[in-house]
Amino acid sequence: MKTNILSILIWLCVALLGAAAVGGIALNRGESINALWFITAALCVYAIAYRFYAAWITSKVLLVDPTRATPAERLNDGHDYMPTNRWIVFGHHFAAIAGPGPLIGPTLAAQFGYLPGTLWILVGAVLGGCVQDMVTLFFSTRRNGRSLGQMARDELGAIGGVAALVATMLIMIILIAVLGLVVVNAMKHSPWATSTVAATIPIAMIVGLYMYKLRPGRVLEGSLLGVILLLLSVAGGGWIDQQPGLRELFDHPGLPLAWAVIAYGFAAAILPVWLLLAPRDYLSTYMKLGTVILLALAIVWLQPTVKMPALTQFTDGSGPIFGGKLFPFAFIVIACGAISGFHALISSGTTPKLISNERDIRMIGYGGMALESFVAIMAMVAATVLDPGVFFAINSPAGVVGKEAADAVAKISSWGFPVTVEQMNLLAQQMGEATLFARTGGAPSLAVGMASIFGSAFGEGMLAMWYHFAIMFEAIFILTTLDAGTRVGRFMLQDILGNLWPKLGETSWYPSVLLTSGMIVAAWGYFLYIGVIDPNGGINILWPLFGISNQILAAIALSVATGILVKSGKLRHAWITGLPLGWLALITSTAVWEKLASDDVRVGFFAAANSLADKLAAGTLPPEKAAVAPTLIFNLRLDAALALFFAAMLWLIIIDMLRICLRHQQGKRVPPLSEAPHQRTQLEEAAWARD
Amino acid sequence: MGQGLRLLWRAIRQLSGDDGYERYLAHHAAAHPDTPALPRREWFAYQQRQKWSVIKRCC
Repeated sequence: MKTNILSILIWLCVALLGAAAVGGIALNRGESINALWFITAALCVYAIAYRFYAAWITSKVLLVDPTRATPAERLNDGHDYMPTNRWIVFGHHFAAIAGPGPLIGPTLAAQFGYLPGTLWILVGAVLGGCVQDMVTLFFSTRRNGRSLGQMARDELGAIGGVAALVATMLIMIILIAVLGLVVVNAMKHSPWATSTVAATIPIAMIVGLYMYKLRPGRVLEGSLLGVILLLLSVAGGGWIDQQPGLRELFDHPGLPLAWAVIAYGFAAAILPVWLLLAPRDYLSTYMKLGTVILLALAIVWLQPTVKMPALTQFTDGSGPIFGGKLFPFAFIVIACGAISGFHALISSGTTPKLISNERDIRMIGYGGMALESFVAIMAMVAATVLDPGVFFAINSPAGVVGKEAADAVAKISSWGFPVTVEQMNLLAQQMGEATLFARTGGAPSLAVGMASIFGSAFGEGMLAMWYHFAIMFEAIFILTTLDAGTRVGRFMLQDILGNLWPKLGETSWYPSVLLTSGMIVAAWGYFLYIGVIDPNGGINILWPLFGISNQILAAIALSVATGILVKSGKLRHAWITGLPLGWLALITSTAVWEKLASDDVRVGFFAAANSLADKLAAGTLPPEKAAVAPTLIFNLRLDAALALFFAAMLWLIIIDMLRICLRHQQGKRVPPLSEAPHQRTQLEEAAWARD
Repeated sequence: MGQGLRLLWRAIRQLSGDDGYERYLAHHAAAHPDTPALPRREWFAYQQRQKWSVIKRCC
C-alpha cells in the first residue's frame, strides 16, 4: 500500500511537471524560452504515455501473454529467428527505425514557429506513431514475424497486399530522391563538405576489406578504425579547402553533384554488400548514436534559448521553405518523429523474429518510437535556437528570396526576421563555408544549430569542424539509406518482374541485377535531377510528397491493425488505431487535394504547371529557365498523378478494411485470423537471458 | 565494478554483432552437430548478404 501511494505521488509530480512544461511552451508569446522546457515536456509526456496508455493497450487490448512462446523461440534457427535480450533488440530496432527523417522534417516545419511542430511531434508520437509501431510489432510477432504486406494480404485480402507492396516501393523512390537532394544541397560549392562526404566512400571500403578479408567478422575493430578515419576526414576536408588547385576538384554546382550521387547509388547497389553497404552502416550507426547522445547532453548542459517565435506569419501558407498552410502541411512535413509508416516495415521485419517474450513488445515498439520522437524534438530545438533571420536565410531557396545576398536579407528582414549580409558572411566564415544562403533541405541549418550548441559547449574555435562533422554525420546515414533503399527496391522490383519472367526474379542473376538496379536508380535519379534543376529548390515539391507517401504507408499499417482488432472481437477498442488512422486519412487527403486544386503556384501542382506553361508561351522566361521549363511542367503533372495515386491507394485500403469489418460484424465470411496457435514458452527458466 | 564492465562489454559486442560468429558456432554445435560449420569468412559474407536482403534501414 505504501509503495502504491508513493508511486501515485511520483506520477502525479511527473504529470504536473509535464503539464507545466507543455503549457509554458504553448502559452509563451513574444519571449524567448529555455530549450530545457522542451526536453522536460517531451520526457514527461513520453513517461506518462508509456506508463499508462501503452501499458493499458498491451494488457487490456492486445492481451499480451508472457507464457506464450514467441516465433524467436519456436522457430529458432540461430540466425533470423533467435530469442534475444530485450535491450539488444531495442538497440537493433532503434538503429533501424531512426534515420535522417526526424532530423530534417522538424527543421523544415520550424518555418511555422516552434509550437505546431513540437506539439505534433509529442501528440502524434504517443497517440499515433508509438501505437502503430507497437501494435504492428505485436501482430507480426503473433504471426511468425510476417511482413506488413503479407499481413495485409492474409487479413484483408489481395487488394491490401498489393497496395502495401506498391506503396512501399514508391515511397522508397521518393524518399531516396529527397534525401539525395538534401545531401546535394549540403555539398553544393562546398569543397570541405564534398571532399569529406567523398572520403566516406573509400573509408567504408577500407573498413569493409578489414572486416571481410583481414579480420573476418571483427566488427568492433573495423568500426573503431572507420570512426577514427571519418574524424580525420573531417579535418582533412578543412585542409583540402585551404589548398588552391586541390579545392577546385571538389567545388561543384548542384547538377554534377547530383550525377555523382546517382552514379554512386548505382555502384553501391551492384557491389557486394560487404564492401560498401555493410561497413558504411556500422559507421553510420555509431555516428548516429554518438551524435544523438552528445546533442542531448549539450542541450541539457547549456540550456540554449529558443529564439524562433511560437508561431510565425507563415502559418497562412506563404512560407519560403515550402508552400502550404499549417493545416495540413505541418503534419505532412513532420512524418518521422511523429508517425512514420516506414517503421511498420521494420516492426514486421527483423524485430519480431528476435523478441524472446511478448511482454518486451511495449518497451521495444512503443519505447523505440518514443526515443525517435525525442530525437525529432532535439532537431526542433537545434533549428529554433538559431536567429530566425539566419534560419530563413539558410533555408530559403534562391527562387523565393532572390539570388543576391543583399536581396535575400532585405526580403527576409522585411518579414520581421532581421538579418544582415555581414552577419551571414561572418557565420559562413566561422563555419568554413563560402556562403550559407539557399542551402535548403534542413541539413545545413541543423548543422549550424548543432555547431553553435557544440561550439559553446566545447569551444568556439572549433565551429567549422563541428559544422562539417554534422554535415558528414548526416550525409553518412543518408547515403546508407540510399544504398539500402536502392537494394530493397531492387528486390521488390525483381519480385514483381519475376511474375512476368521467372529469370528476372533471380536475385543473383547478374543481368537482372543490373537491369533492376538501373531501373530503381533511374526512378529516384529522375526526381533528384528535377529537384536540382528546379529554381524553387525541389524540397518544396519533394518533401511534402515524401511526407504524404510515408503517412499513407502508416495508414495502411493502421488499417491492417484496425481490421485485425475488429476481427478479433475488439471493436470497442478499435479506436486505438482507428483514431490515428482517421487523422492520417484527413490530413493526407486534404494535402493531396490542396496539391491538386490549389491556385497558389507554390502549393498546387497544376497551378504551377499552368503558370509556367503560360510564361513559356508568352516568352517571358529568361533563356536558361525556358530551356528546363518543359521538363519542369511535365514533372509537375507527374507529381500530381503520383499524389492522386497515393490518395487512391489510401482510400482503396480503408474501404477494403471497412468492408471486412462490416462483414465480420454481420457474421459473414471474412479471411480468418492468421495468428499462430498458442504454444507454452519453455524459456521462463532462462529468464536471465532476457533481463 | 569488474562484473558490470564485463556485462557492458558483452552487451556492446552483442549489439554490434562482434560476437556473431561465436554465437553461430554455439548454435551450430547444438542444432547441427553432424555437419561442419562455415569458416569465419564464409559465415560473415553469408550473414551480411542475408542481412541486407530485407528492409533494415528507415528514413
